[in-house]
Amino acid sequence: MTLVCVNNVHKAFGDLQVLKGIDLNVAQGEVVAIIGRSGSGKSTLLRCLNQLEQHDSGEITIAEQQLDAGSMSPKELSENVGMVFQSFNLFPHKTVGDNVCLAPVVVRGEARADVEKVAREVLDKVGLADKYDAYPAQLSGGQQQRVAIARALAMRPKVLLCDEVTSALDPELVGEVLRVLEALAAEGMTLILVTHEMGFARDVADRVVFMHQGRIHEEGEPAELFSNPKTPELKQFISAVL
Amino acid sequence: MIEFTLWDIVRNLLLAARWTVVLSLIAFVGGATVGLVLTFMRLSSRRWLQRFTSLYVDLFQGTPLLMQLFLIFFGAAAMGHPISAWWAASIALTLFTSAFLCDIWRGCLEAVAKGQWHAARVLGMNYFQTMRHVILPQALQLSIPPTVGFSVQVIKGTALASIIGFVELTKAGTMLNNATFEPFTIFTLVALFYFALCYPLSCYARHLEKKLYDAGLR
Repeated sequence: MTLVCVNNVHKAFGDLQVLKGIDLNVAQGEVVAIIGRSGSGKSTLLRCLNQLEQHDSGEITIAEQQLDAGSMSPKELSENVGMVFQSFNLFPHKTVGDNVCLAPVVVRGEARADVEKVAREVLDKVGLADKYDAYPAQLSGGQQQRVAIARALAMRPKVLLCDEVTSALDPELVGEVLRVLEALAAEGMTLILVTHEMGFARDVADRVVFMHQGRIHEEGEPAELFSNPKTPELKQFISAVL
Repeated sequence: MIEFTLWDIVRNLLLAARWTVVLSLIAFVGGATVGLVLTFMRLSSRRWLQRFTSLYVDLFQGTPLLMQLFLIFFGAAAMGHPISAWWAASIALTLFTSAFLCDIWRGCLEAVAKGQWHAARVLGMNYFQTMRHVILPQALQLSIPPTVGFSVQVIKGTALASIIGFVELTKAGTMLNNATFEPFTIFTLVALFYFALCYPLSCYARHLEKKLYDAGLR
């Protein structure tokens, strides 16, 4: 089943055309890695998928619901799409547990006790059950990012968007976050990741999408794409990053 | 001629210092109340409300407090409704304080990282939920040190009320000087009184700032 359907999407910031007609279908349970140079439109595409940016033209459908300005409230959107940011964006004034519990309680009106149980489950899943009462400032970057993943999971989204989630981390902390994502992928979570971790894209993604100058330039199975790039741009990109 | 002992001087200044404290409290409580309303007006999506508040803030920040005091005190009299020095000082200091607090608090709200809005938004929170649970608690924490710090300015600002005849610390000092002709002693004492009021607040502001820093919010 197609969960996310992007059809001829354009987006410009002033005179700058960032997305020039994107077509992308993501099936349920699929893991799609979006790669490309900075400025190629990867993050903008991701942000259009949850309306942090409003696309100018084209269609985006998520779980068969069309995404237009005002067509879905933040609450409805959060039932479909979760997001993890490069800079974690945890709530610094709240404990890890409260970070995870806040949205289900405030947005969904779920009972606090039930939510706390879910919070402990998702924190356990990211390996941080013992940090329930810690504050974000007391955690390492890798731990903070795993809390951010747990916080997104507590809303039980259908698809999780990850925007360069390891780019702000020290190299030795990248692995722990990628392992969590790998486990999610293995569980059948639908993931769309913008990433610079080519090894991860190759090993975990079902499909890799290479973006170049606002378009999807090339896409395919990771093994094939990385070993046998068809366009000179991808060839150049791969040789630059590997 | 009556002889003034040092104790007489100190006692009189101490009595006058009460009114400095009371006027400061009025200015601060009044200023905070009006400032809070202004802050939310500034945050409103209505353009004319935003414009009104920024004009208000610019006006009161861009003119000397003394002129504001004069305009209210003499202006009221000129319009046929003379008001007491008490009222004039309270109104002027309230308006002055509210303009600065509005600006301080707006800055604190804007200082909360943009990513916090984004994070709350993708978790499904609307504007009010985000304000209430994510932005305001952080802005409040950020605002405490500059707010306490500004209260020191308010205390010192009350000295200007002496010019329209309000008997507080500075005015009492002037009056005592007229009777004793010991300006150095008296104004040293007056300064020490102000310092005794302001210094603890400055220390407290610094302490709060350090606490904030330790909490990792900066």
